Formats: sequence, structure tokens, C-alpha cells
Amino acid sequence: MTELKRITKAGFTNFTRSGLVSFAAVLQVVNTLAVIVTIILLQAVLYSSLNVIKDKVDVTIYFNVGASEARIALLKDSLLKLPEVANVSYTSASEALKLFRDRHQNDYPTIAALDEIGDNPLGAVLNVKTKEVSQYESIANFLKSDNALVLGSSDIVNHSNYYNNKLVIDRLNTIISGAQKFGFLLTLYFIISSIFITFNTIRLTIFISKEEIGVMRLVGASKMRVRGPFMVEGAIYGIISTIVTLLLFWPATAWFGRNMTGFLGLNLYNYYISNFFQIFAIILLSGIILGVISSFFAIRKYLNK
Amino acid sequence: MIYFNNVSKIYKDAVALDDVTFSITAGEFVSIVGHSGAGKTTLTKMIVADENPTNGTVFFESINVHKLKNKDLTKLRRRIGVVFQDFKLLSNKTAYENIAFAMEAVGKSDLEIASDVPHVLELVDLSHRLDHFPNQLSGGEQQRLAIARAIINQPELIIADEPTGNLDSINTYEIVQILKKINDLGTTVILATHNRGVIDLIGERVITMENGKVIRDTKNNQ
Repeated sequence: MTELKRITKAGFTNFTRSGLVSFAAVLQVVNTLAVIVTIILLQAVLYSSLNVIKDKVDVTIYFNVGASEARIALLKDSLLKLPEVANVSYTSASEALKLFRDRHQNDYPTIAALDEIGDNPLGAVLNVKTKEVSQYESIANFLKSDNALVLGSSDIVNHSNYYNNKLVIDRLNTIISGAQKFGFLLTLYFIISSIFITFNTIRLTIFISKEEIGVMRLVGASKMRVRGPFMVEGAIYGIISTIVTLLLFWPATAWFGRNMTGFLGLNLYNYYISNFFQIFAIILLSGIILGVISSFFAIRKYLNK
Repeated sequence: MIYFNNVSKIYKDAVALDDVTFSITAGEFVSIVGHSGAGKTTLTKMIVADENPTNGTVFFESINVHKLKNKDLTKLRRRIGVVFQDFKLLSNKTAYENIAFAMEAVGKSDLEIASDVPHVLELVDLSHRLDHFPNQLSGGEQQRLAIARAIINQPELIIADEPTGNLDSINTYEIVQILKKINDLGTTVILATHNRGVIDLIGERVITMENGKVIRDTKNNQ
């Protein structure tokens, strides 16, 4: 306990007395943490944009005129049981007609032709949304398979628009998965390079003390007694850098929230505030682990004597 | 207490120690003298295992110091105080903290530290400098502080490597007197120096080295 107290105290003292060196190390850790926060926010923007795009994609199943609602409901239930399906919405024949009339209210010849027919020429519609864009094909296949369309549902389905939209859906799917992969690789690159730069900065701060480390060992200090204060210093770099980083992002996200919400499709300030504790935990842990682990490894080579 | 048995140290293209054999008994004051490059520093570093021999063995009492594991080496070093020509003080610690650190390293309590540090600083006449950092002290004061740090844990052996190398004659005299006093109190002292005047001041056993070899081992007056 006394040892721990002494190590902690020495870490704090070294931090305050190292002045410019500590300042430089904190600045570098702030840079790394800022990269991590930026990536978290960019991922949020990317995923929100992708979700908007994904939401615009669906498959519509058109039923024959006069298909019974009970059989359509049965098909709806079996679709909902599929793990890929996120949502199925039903539009009855009369609702479809009403929507058609609303859509064409200024198109007199179409409305006149409709009135001429007298009966409702439109069938009911099921609108299917899957969890992932790539899953629409399996829904289309499901609709084609006999065993899935139980109780002879195939004779009530007129057609689905999947194959009309297939090209667009496939392209969107490629773009979305490409964007996710690119985002992941970019994230990995920035995080790894920031960690390396920070590690080297901390290594330099310890390099300055390498002779003193040797002296500490010569006066009989244990490895932990020498290493401990440097690790505490590393943790202090992490804690202070976390506070500085989160404070810097407060006004920055507020500005983005005020001026760029339309462009980004996401209010970054609201996202930052509503996820503040998760971001705080990620950044604090990253900062402390980065500082402590970097110090631990950087000092290792000077401790061997 | 210390036994060098056919110790050699060969660097890539230079021989630092060449088949050195001698022993030192407890309570002795031994000066190791020789020109720069004679092998004095390498020899003193061997005792605290700061250097490993190419051949031969070094014993501290019955312990082969180069066979020790890290943990045991730390324990051995706690029994030895070391003073260097360039002082090797901890630059971001005050005079008080430099000595307290050596005590903390051996596990002394806060109470012992608070009582012993001012006492040892008084012994080397640095009571008025306890809150000063090393760069705020003169060369002589820094060396006295280094000696205070070396003796604070009452080691069985003090190794002083050119402790007066950077000091004027008045400070040199003071340092030698402090080392003699420490030896009078029963601590073994090994002093490496190239200064004949210092050896004459001490008047004890002298080991003379040249090109890594011991060429003479005698009492100063012999």
C-alpha cells in the first residue's frame, strides 16, 4: 500500500515537474483521442446516411385482383417469420385505389379511364423491407419457392418488382458494403498510426530519463518502483487528454449541429450529447490504456540492467 | 568480502580488463589508481553487475554477482552504495527526495525517511539545501549529496568512481575526509581515481592498473 502510494505520488510529481515534456505528450495523446472521436462521429454519419439509403429500398408484391385477404395475411405472416425480414406492410386493394387516385388527381384522362372501368382494377400490395439490402434476393427466391408459398399462394401473386429493381439494389449493396469496408480500413489506419506516433512520443519522454532509470536501478530500486511512476504518468496523460479532447469536441459538434445537419443528415451535437457517456468511456479507456501500455513497453529496454 | 578471480572484459576491439585477480576484506579502504582507460570504471561496474565479465568470476562474499537473478541483484545493490564522477543524481528530485528515493527503494517507512534524511544531509553539510534541485547545487554540493545518498542505507560497501574528478582541491579534500570517516565507521570503501594526491591523502591500500591489468597492489607507504 505504501509502495502504491509512493509510486502514485512520484508519478504526479514527475508529471508536474516535467513541464514541456508532459505538455507535448498530452498534446500527442489529445491528437490520437481526437482521431478516435472523429472516427466515431464519422461512422455515425456514414451509418445514418446508409440507413437512409437502405430505407428507400424495398420489394413490393402485387396480388391479383380479388385475391382473398385471408390468404394474403397468411403470406404476410410467413414472410414476417423469416429472419431477414424487418417489416412487412399491407395495402388493401381499396387503399391502393385511393392512393392511385390521389397520385393522379391532376391527371384527368387517367381518372376518367378509371371511372369508366367502374370496378377496382388494382390488387392488394405487400411491401417488404429486409434488414440488409443484400437479403432482397433471398426474399425473391422465397416467393418463387412452392413450399414457402403455402396453401397455393402462387396463384394470388401477380408479380413482385424485385427483378425490375435488381440492378439498382445490387449496385446499392456494392456501394454500401464498399463504404463500410473502406470506413473500417480508414479507421484502422488512423487508429494504428496515431497509436504508433503516441507510443513514440512517450518513448522519447522516457528516453530522456534513461540515465536516471539506470541510477534508480543502481541504488536498488525494484523494477516496479522504477516503472510504476512512468505508468502513472502515462495514465495522467490519458486522463487529462480525455478531458481536453471531450471539451474541444463540445463546441465543434455544436457548430456542426447548427450548420451542417442538413448536409450530413445527422445532428452531430445531439448524437454527441446523447452518446456522451459511451464516448467518454471509450476515450478515457483508450487514453489510459494508450498512456500506460506505451510507458510500460517504452521503459522495458532500460530496465534490464 | 570481494573477490575477483581471473576477470577479463573484452569489448569489440579493446581489452578493458585482462585477467584481474585480487581480493578485498571487509573494512578496508582500497584505492584503485590508473590513467584513463586503465580499466578502473569497468572494474567497479563489475561489482554491481553493471557490466558482465567476458571471462572469470566476481564474488561479493559468497555470491557470484553475475549469476544473480534480477530480483536478487536488486537486493545485492541495496547493500552497496555507489558514488560517480558525474554524480548521477535524479535531476527532477530535490536533494531531500534524492535521498528519500534510495530509502524508499529498500522499503524504509515514511517515519524513518523523515528522521534520517535531514540527519544525513546535516552530516554532509547540506541541511540548508534540502529543497534544492541538483542543478541548483555546486559540483561539490552535488557530490556530497551523492555520498549522502550512497551511505543513507548504511551499506556494507561504498564504491566511489572518480568522486573528485570534477571538483576543485578544497572540495576534493572534503570528499576524501567524508569517505575516510565512513570507512572509520566500519564501511568498506573502494575508490577509483587517477589523482595521486587523493591517494596520498588517504594513505591506505592502493591497486594500480594499466591497460586492464593489475600491475601493483600495495599499501601506499610500501
